[in-house]
Amino acid sequence: MKVAWSTLQTLAVQFSLLSLLAFGGANAVLPEIHRQAVAVHGWMTDKDFAALFAVAQAAPGPNFLVSTLVGWKAAGIPGALVATAAMCGPSCLLTYWVAKAWDRYRHTRWRTAIAAGVAPVTVGLIFSSAYVLVRAADANWRLAIVTAASAGVAYFTRVNQLWCLIAAAALGLSGLLAAG
Amino acid sequence: MTDAAPPPPKPVHITDALHAARPRALFLAFLSIALSGFGGVLPFARRMLVDQRGWLTAEDFTETLSLCQGLPGPNVVNLSIVVGSRACGWRGSLAALSGLIGAPIVIVIALGMLWGRFGALAEARRAITGVAAGAAGLVIATAARMAEPLLRRRALAAAPFIAAAFVAVGVLRLPLGLVILGLAPFSIALAWRRPA
Repeated sequence: MKVAWSTLQTLAVQFSLLSLLAFGGANAVLPEIHRQAVAVHGWMTDKDFAALFAVAQAAPGPNFLVSTLVGWKAAGIPGALVATAAMCGPSCLLTYWVAKAWDRYRHTRWRTAIAAGVAPVTVGLIFSSAYVLVRAADANWRLAIVTAASAGVAYFTRVNQLWCLIAAAALGLSGLLAAG
Repeated sequence: MTDAAPPPPKPVHITDALHAARPRALFLAFLSIALSGFGGVLPFARRMLVDQRGWLTAEDFTETLSLCQGLPGPNVVNLSIVVGSRACGWRGSLAALSGLIGAPIVIVIALGMLWGRFGALAEARRAITGVAAGAAGLVIATAARMAEPLLRRRALAAAPFIAAAFVAVGVLRLPLGLVILGLAPFSIALAWRRPA
């Protein structure tokens, strides 16, 4: 596959910026990744995005993997590597440098205020991500029920989340979730 | 409760076990954390770092995690950087990080290729449609679980910012950076004036 340098450049710039805003990880910046990938650059459709997010959730590991797949969809393996490096690099460097300073001040009032102040904004951003995913994934009321059931199981029980995805895949495969 | 004067800074606690940890051991420990966790990796990280390796005490873990939560990036990724660096500097960070993210990257690209190859088949499309709906639900649950302690401890300070961030980014689709810059300073100022 021919390497699309301009796409790689865009991926590098966009994900580096998002990296520094991703409090709590990629889930906090999903609406922006979605906007860039679907509306701004047209790398994929809304449904593709929902599917790629599902694939990322089905893989083990931390929650930056959706950026790997968006990069992959946009520009193949080089895109996946560039997007991943851009998504992880800046925040990792920041953590590396800041952690040493923060270790010394970890009990100070301003550090706890920053952590406590950022938390509600992060939660609101993750709700936004959920909203964007619901709109992309739930094409009919049956799918909406699957979403609600999966949310309920994950919230109220300690069942491994992979089971929610496996059950949802089985329901989908059975044809019960088709529009109608 | 927490209005007492903050204690003076003291050097961070590093266990002997962590001090003795080499890059190879860090790499393997975080590799195993990465491969055991679907959705939530943190419980596995805690079991490995606290119970199995003894690199962090339970108290160290909670403290380190709260530091990681105040910085951008997935918490467990930040955790690998901090733990690795405390053990043996940047080489430790690099080893822990590559252990944590290397295998998942390969796996997710392989899954993506499978989807690219077979995603057009009717069966695969039906299954992935179901998984996408389920995955959206998992994100709702993640947000709700994070919201619950905030709303219980300081509902009046947290709820407006949760709602504002949701409406601004989720519904109005305003640029993320602007929203964070617009909301976080006020939220931090409020937390500063009235510590939880």
